[in-house]
Amino acid sequence: MKRKFKTMDANEAVASVAYRLNEVIAIYPITPSSSMGEWADQWASESLPNIWGTVPRVVEMQSEGGAAGAVHGALQTGALATTFTASQGLLLMIPNMNKIAGELTPTVFHVSARTLATHALSIFGDHSDVMSCRTTGFAMLCSNSVQEAMDMALIAHAAALESRIPFLHFFDGFRTSHEVNKIEMLNEDDLRALINMDRVIEHRQRALSPDHPVLRGTAQNPDVYFQAREAVTPYYAVCPEKVQGVMDAFSRIVGRAYRLFDYVGAPDAEEVIVMMGSGAEAAHETVEHLVAIGRKVGLLKVRLYRPFSVQHFLQTLPRTVRKIAVLDRTKEAGAAGDPLYLDVVNAIQEGAKLNLAEQPASQPTVLGGRYGLSSKEFTPAMVKAVYDNLASRSHKDHFTIGIQDDLSHSSLSYDPDFSIEPESVIRAMFYGLGADGTVGANKNSIKIIGENTDNYAQGYFVYDSKKSGAMTVSHLRFGPKPIRSSYLVSKANFIACHQWIFLERYDMLSSLVEGGVFLLNSLFGQDEVWDHLPRLMQQQLIQKKARFYVIDAYQVARDTGMGSRMNTIMQACFFAISKVLPGEQAIEAIRKSIRDTYGKKGEEVVQKNLKAVDETLAHLHEVAIPETSDSTIEMPAPFSAEAPKFEREVLGCIYGGHGDDLPVSAFPADGTFPTGTAKWEKRNLALEIPVWDTKTCIQCGKCAMVCPHSVIRIKVYDSRELAGAPATFKSTDARDKEWQGLKYTIQVAPEDCTGCAICVDVCPAKNKSETRLKAINMEPQPALRASETANWKFFLKLPELDRTKIKLTSIRQQQVQEPLFEFSGACSGCGETPYLKLVSQLFGDRAIIANATGCSSIYGGNLPTTPWSKNAEGRGPAWANSLFEDNAEFGLGFRVSVDKQTEFAGELTKRLAGQIGEQLATSILTASQKDEADIFEQRARVAQLKERLKTVDLPEAKQLLALADMLVKKSIWIVGGDGWAYDIGYGGLDHVLASGLNVNLLVLDTEVYSNTGGQASKSTPRAAVAKFAAGGKATAKKDLGLMAMNYGNVYVASVAMGAKDEHTLKAFLEAEAYDGPSLIIAYSHCIAHGINMTTAMSDQKLAVDSGHWLLYRYNPERSLTGENPLTLDSRTPTKKVKEFLQQQTRFQMLAKSEPEDAKRLWALAQHDSEIRYRMYEYLAQRNNEQPSKTEAKAEEPQGHAVGTR
Amino acid sequence: MIDLSTNYLGLQLRTPLVASASPLSHELSGIRRLEDVGASAVVLYSLFEEQIRRENHNLEYFLQAGTESFAEAVTYLPQSHDFHTGPEEYLAHIVKAKEAVDIPIIASLNGATLGGWTDYARRIEQAGADAIECNIYFLPTDMNASSLEIENIYLDILRAVKLAVHIPVAVKLSPFFSNTANMAKRLDATGADGLVLFNRFYQPDIDLDNLVIQPNVLLSTPQDLRLPLTWIGILYARVKASLAATSGIHQAEDVVKMLMVGASATMMCSVLLREGPEHMRLVERQLEQWMADHEYESVRQMQGSMSQLRSADPSAFERAQYMRAVKGTQYLRQDDRRWSYARAD
Repeated sequence: MKRKFKTMDANEAVASVAYRLNEVIAIYPITPSSSMGEWADQWASESLPNIWGTVPRVVEMQSEGGAAGAVHGALQTGALATTFTASQGLLLMIPNMNKIAGELTPTVFHVSARTLATHALSIFGDHSDVMSCRTTGFAMLCSNSVQEAMDMALIAHAAALESRIPFLHFFDGFRTSHEVNKIEMLNEDDLRALINMDRVIEHRQRALSPDHPVLRGTAQNPDVYFQAREAVTPYYAVCPEKVQGVMDAFSRIVGRAYRLFDYVGAPDAEEVIVMMGSGAEAAHETVEHLVAIGRKVGLLKVRLYRPFSVQHFLQTLPRTVRKIAVLDRTKEAGAAGDPLYLDVVNAIQEGAKLNLAEQPASQPTVLGGRYGLSSKEFTPAMVKAVYDNLASRSHKDHFTIGIQDDLSHSSLSYDPDFSIEPESVIRAMFYGLGADGTVGANKNSIKIIGENTDNYAQGYFVYDSKKSGAMTVSHLRFGPKPIRSSYLVSKANFIACHQWIFLERYDMLSSLVEGGVFLLNSLFGQDEVWDHLPRLMQQQLIQKKARFYVIDAYQVARDTGMGSRMNTIMQACFFAISKVLPGEQAIEAIRKSIRDTYGKKGEEVVQKNLKAVDETLAHLHEVAIPETSDSTIEMPAPFSAEAPKFEREVLGCIYGGHGDDLPVSAFPADGTFPTGTAKWEKRNLALEIPVWDTKTCIQCGKCAMVCPHSVIRIKVYDSRELAGAPATFKSTDARDKEWQGLKYTIQVAPEDCTGCAICVDVCPAKNKSETRLKAINMEPQPALRASETANWKFFLKLPELDRTKIKLTSIRQQQVQEPLFEFSGACSGCGETPYLKLVSQLFGDRAIIANATGCSSIYGGNLPTTPWSKNAEGRGPAWANSLFEDNAEFGLGFRVSVDKQTEFAGELTKRLAGQIGEQLATSILTASQKDEADIFEQRARVAQLKERLKTVDLPEAKQLLALADMLVKKSIWIVGGDGWAYDIGYGGLDHVLASGLNVNLLVLDTEVYSNTGGQASKSTPRAAVAKFAAGGKATAKKDLGLMAMNYGNVYVASVAMGAKDEHTLKAFLEAEAYDGPSLIIAYSHCIAHGINMTTAMSDQKLAVDSGHWLLYRYNPERSLTGENPLTLDSRTPTKKVKEFLQQQTRFQMLAKSEPEDAKRLWALAQHDSEIRYRMYEYLAQRNNEQPSKTEAKAEEPQGHAVGTR
Repeated sequence: MIDLSTNYLGLQLRTPLVASASPLSHELSGIRRLEDVGASAVVLYSLFEEQIRRENHNLEYFLQAGTESFAEAVTYLPQSHDFHTGPEEYLAHIVKAKEAVDIPIIASLNGATLGGWTDYARRIEQAGADAIECNIYFLPTDMNASSLEIENIYLDILRAVKLAVHIPVAVKLSPFFSNTANMAKRLDATGADGLVLFNRFYQPDIDLDNLVIQPNVLLSTPQDLRLPLTWIGILYARVKASLAATSGIHQAEDVVKMLMVGASATMMCSVLLREGPEHMRLVERQLEQWMADHEYESVRQMQGSMSQLRSADPSAFERAQYMRAVKGTQYLRQDDRRWSYARAD
């Protein structure tokens, strides 16, 4: 069978091998490995067979711990099984990995290596996760490139079967897992040839079976455990040779030769780098360059890291080596050296003991260095700096490279302009918006070039940390040889800017080579555009003698029905200008790829794309570049000068795209950052913003309540405050009876709005003369920007209404509360953020939030800024993210800690009553703190207490001073998505519910793993298509609320703001007021539903009207008065579930792909909803039989749990 | 034995009673039911051109919305499905309907532009439909479009469909032409095998509580009969195309009237939705009874007997009669019952 060349990323390459070699695949989503599981699920849903002709069973588990357990079980019963993971997910697998290895069970875990969360989470790549598995007994095999990832995936599976040792096959997260590259595909013959069927049969024969029963997993005592543990040693001893045997067989079959350690460079090298992972590719390139200019340098790539073969390692090192730099892509804080370094030091030492024939002539000096944490760039310039360090007499040991360490002075300096990219490689960079299709077009271009020419092609894509208005930068390379450059393009022949707004934010042309091409999507034509460019850009174009092209792709996209997508248009421009392919051939290739890509989505879509291509070239023009620059347009500073120093100099620097330039000393050592920082980012994303019509407005507050980005604010104030208001500032008389005589303003933050228009959709007031208008209407932002910015500034200075006087049960009044969650980077129109904003308004000034990893932790805490903010007194939510799986427990820790400190503060207050005043002490200790007014008074008393304590010279007074704030009630919120609450964190959530402690759990239920890209959770409803449920979810949604109600002492509410906002408000107030655990399950629409986000609140209503979602409150306090604790707040469904399902692509796509399955599942979904409604109706109507009072008392919640493991 | 048979579009039908496009043909069971109650042919529910376009557009839009923006979620939905976009579901429905019943199945294609039609029509023929009814549903709101331009669209569509298929093609018309007879003549000349008179035109209502336009479709009332009756009477024997009457046919007398002015087929929808499909059986019985009572032997015998060309008073179809009518009688009160069947044609 002939091998094909294809362009793909490493995740797909690895998954294609793993899928074909296994029978059971247990999966769980975690970036950057998720797509391996997605591919497996997709192929299984398409009934694609493995090499033995059977379709693998793919099972999604509730956590990586679960996936490892399932794999363990599958292996024990004789199946060939695998899994994919990364980072913290891999850590959850460690317990099972020890077991699997201890039982000598062949399997491969494929890991896209990712940074571990320490002072911060990072989704990017380094080896800190895989290095944590060194003690598990797994063999560890590393791939450095996309091609190697495919090859090593096969080698790992074959070697595991040969050696009986399980393998961890890893490759760098993002850099390799997401790099698109042209590779030679391994075909089924290759796979069959390398997998030894005898070993497969032996594996089956070892399986647990009642037909030949055995006992495995015994408990052993001190008398035998040690000896029994040593019994595996011979297997490890021969493992390296077996792996080499498999590599040799692979080489015979496929032609690519690998060794346990591969050496490249001068045979007589004196300075050698030892490393593994994608960085070795950059080092490989650099070594070839340096050797060509006469340097005696070399590179040793570690492939089989465990078991580490000292003998093979030493045999691979050139005998001439004098100095070795071992580069680790991990940090083991407190260690004498990072892991690979220690292994190399040990190997040299061991070599001396073994007295091998092939080893360095003299004992080399071994230096340790660290690079590339969290996908930090690792470039030839850095490689050269490492060799230069080795060559230097005053070399630096335990160095870092790629950063500026001005704290411990570990870093090596390097020349950022050093570049070794050959002229034969075309390098291109494309700046686009997520929504405009730039990345998709570039992936497509790579395919076209890879598959239509002999060129090799590489693509790597840098995304934003924001989910709305996200900028993407595509880095593409094409050339005649395989491309090893595992780093971003820094010198580009071609730079394209697909969005005009980037001109004022990014210095794009600094990377352009002399004589390079700049392509700009411009609103201005070839004759006008020059005058609208920033000064710096004009200068660069002149200095670099650039060729400059413009196209109005917005216009072409509009004319051809492409909307905001300019993918095919800009792609056609690239081909036309770059001439990578001859003109007509390029156009034909684009046309073919359009048919391939869009054909299955309908002829209409194909036609509009083809039309866009046809229209493009007529609109593409070269601009004559003048000899001098005359622009007065300057690039503004990222953050306003009003921002505090740290925000401006550190966070602003990150925001401006220069985070790489910040030195170590710029950062807090413990990962602590200020809140209230999102306001400094003025992203100006919205083409249109809402404009308030004072006359039509009924002042209901709904627009502010639903605003996902907190850009619509309401203030009620005395008319005197209007003095000095800008001319366009709007104000009207407040309509609420209790606010008579006061003025009322709804103000929009014009530069922070994302333009989602949800506010307009929910506005209930219509203009009587022109019904298309409401009390709030979208109008173009640019014309309003200046005046509304001034109005916004004035508005912010207006005083807040006294919180103690706001009637919280009325949305109209409650919405004047200041939100302490603003301008998040969530998707435009996000369904989660309005709930968080509500929490911040109601309780933010005394809230501590434990946030599970997920969307809410990303838009809540992804640097540079956070939407969590502070009020004028400096109070606001304190926020932290621990992990994904432990969030409920993390929050319970907050509660226990706060309670303990409050108790102790109370005890101290009592003890010090004499010094601080009996009356004050008593009033502090007896304060009820039931409402805002009580809390306000308690704060005043505590302030008084603190003043008095300053004068008391007792150690206990000092203690109390530090603890006094704990005497004011704190509100603990445990927030996360359904992936956390229903799946990975359910055990903890359940335990916290059972604890009886006063915490508030808020589940932002999007019915899918949103943050990792839409994988099914147990909250995913029946019939929904999601990743890991590509064939439509066959089972019903888990009823988390009902499970929680079972405890009897848990407040439970199911809410949907878009269906009934008053109900949502009521539930949040009751939940917080309830002195025990509260669980709010909040329907949150999501971009992963495939819906129109503007009308998403109406979808929520439809969810309730159709019975898909119930509104209810279960308040245990009601049972104390003999009432039924459950109130069913949604009426009998008036619509069919089908009407809801038809609104959402997640359901519709099944109807389009598998109509019969859809019909069956849709009918079941209707059935689910009817049954559930009837059950809740019954529960809400039944008599509440109360136990006697003494019994009730005996059942008061106690939080204890005992267990062993 | 009274002969109820008729020839419509060259199809030999057992009776003139045809079920017109409606939600009743959404399910196979509904089609079987219509055959059971005596429908001589079924016009399937309409395949809406815009609906297919919109669905394709939405599918593509929502599958890519938010993709390639954020590193953790490069996509949000599984991407590599093979979708049955376009008319696949409808085509499969035709195949199944043909297997399920013996009566002719007429597919209904509803649209207003040229694109897509030809291909859909060809595939409808391949799926086994006995005929195609082109429901050219053009609601002109562009004040710059002249009558001639609009009429040409009808003709272009018909021409394209006729070129694409060999099965008979009927055109369902709206009543709003400056000269309906001329339009009918031109359609006839372009090759229409049948003309179906008339479409029930979209007339929105206002929801006063929410101040929104409500896109309801009104079911026909018995009074609606008059319009097709007039035009079939005028067109009969002046065009080659066979004529079908639809709108306001609720009882046997209505059928008789339509046949008399020249209809080959009489189509029912609203009354079947209102009274249930069984009503068709009743109409057939009453038709037979009426014919027996009035000593008619066959439907053919009465077809066209009261048309303008054959009636005693041709001027009865013209303006002079209108003057007499206005002066001499009171207007009938409009039945105001509203229905909201989204796809009732």
